[in-house]
Amino acid sequence: MRFCLYLVLSFLIACFSHALELHQRQSSYINISPQTQAMQDDPTLNPATFWIMDGESLWAQKPSSQSPACSECHGQVITSMKGVAATFPKSVKGRLLNLDGQINHCRTTKQQQTVWPLESKALLSMSVLIANQSKGMPIVANKQPETQMALKTGEALFKQRMGQVNLSCAKCHDDRYGMRLAGSVIPQAHPTGYPIYRLEWQTVGSLQRRLRNCMNAVRAQLFEPDAPEWLHLELYLMWRARGMLIESPGVRP
Amino acid sequence: MKRPLRTIVTVPAKATRGQLITVRALAQHPMENGFRHNEIGQRIERDILTDFICLYNGIEVFRAKLHTGIAANPVIEFNTLAIESGELSFEWRDSDGLSTIASARIEVA
Repeated sequence: MRFCLYLVLSFLIACFSHALELHQRQSSYINISPQTQAMQDDPTLNPATFWIMDGESLWAQKPSSQSPACSECHGQVITSMKGVAATFPKSVKGRLLNLDGQINHCRTTKQQQTVWPLESKALLSMSVLIANQSKGMPIVANKQPETQMALKTGEALFKQRMGQVNLSCAKCHDDRYGMRLAGSVIPQAHPTGYPIYRLEWQTVGSLQRRLRNCMNAVRAQLFEPDAPEWLHLELYLMWRARGMLIESPGVRP
Repeated sequence: MKRPLRTIVTVPAKATRGQLITVRALAQHPMENGFRHNEIGQRIERDILTDFICLYNGIEVFRAKLHTGIAANPVIEFNTLAIESGELSFEWRDSDGLSTIASARIEVA
């Protein structure tokens, strides 16, 4: 009798445990319809291919007559950017940067240009071009000592209840993945496909845009666009998805 | 929308005579319906594709009218019969009367 009670209790504890086991992780690719999967898999059907083409033009093009094009320093994008997106966000010269941040850093320091605004077509095109070079490669867990604090903050943010709805990311994506929210399956929230083409947006969008989406849904006040919280969350999400394969550009409904 | 548009057309390179082939055409276009407003409340100008035409060696084999209810970056897929070797040409016309043309070759044995 006592043993049965123990079994039931341990089962209940297992049900409500927060950590997602490594082997249980799966991309939300398995939750989408076969039609949407086909869209993602076939470059001639994936609308984000146009953004990759735009990115290729920007890669080869001098931003001004005095500034070098990306290709003049980095050469071919296919070779020089292979696997690069799988390592971001990371600390670069003491600053935590995501891929968009690194692109803009290059633009201001190496090309003497103004930064591309977040969610601008140019920034998304460049970042989807670079991310696409890592397609099929595993996400590298960030082991830099200087990012460990940020990683901890990111984890705390992930588990922090927020908004009028009073939910944390973990309440849905760790505890209730696979269940339904308003008819859609709750995914585990691994950022493997970003920048992503969302049919709902009818365009390519960044991970930050997706995070804003969720924060709006729980009626939380958004962080400022340049707040470090976005980077900390992104760092934690990438660490949480370490070893999973990059699918960028993903397609989701 | 910057013109000409970026397009991707998918046509089988080879086919046998009389074979049913699947043709697919994708164009980069926002299909802005003219009913939406930007973040400062101004109406966003309507900008949509209105017509899509496919010619097979100069003969029209497919035509579609597009309206504001069509999503951005529309993909159009249809079947046609492989009759002879030659060229399929695709034309997208937009609400400003401008057009973008793409083409693909097919060898029919």
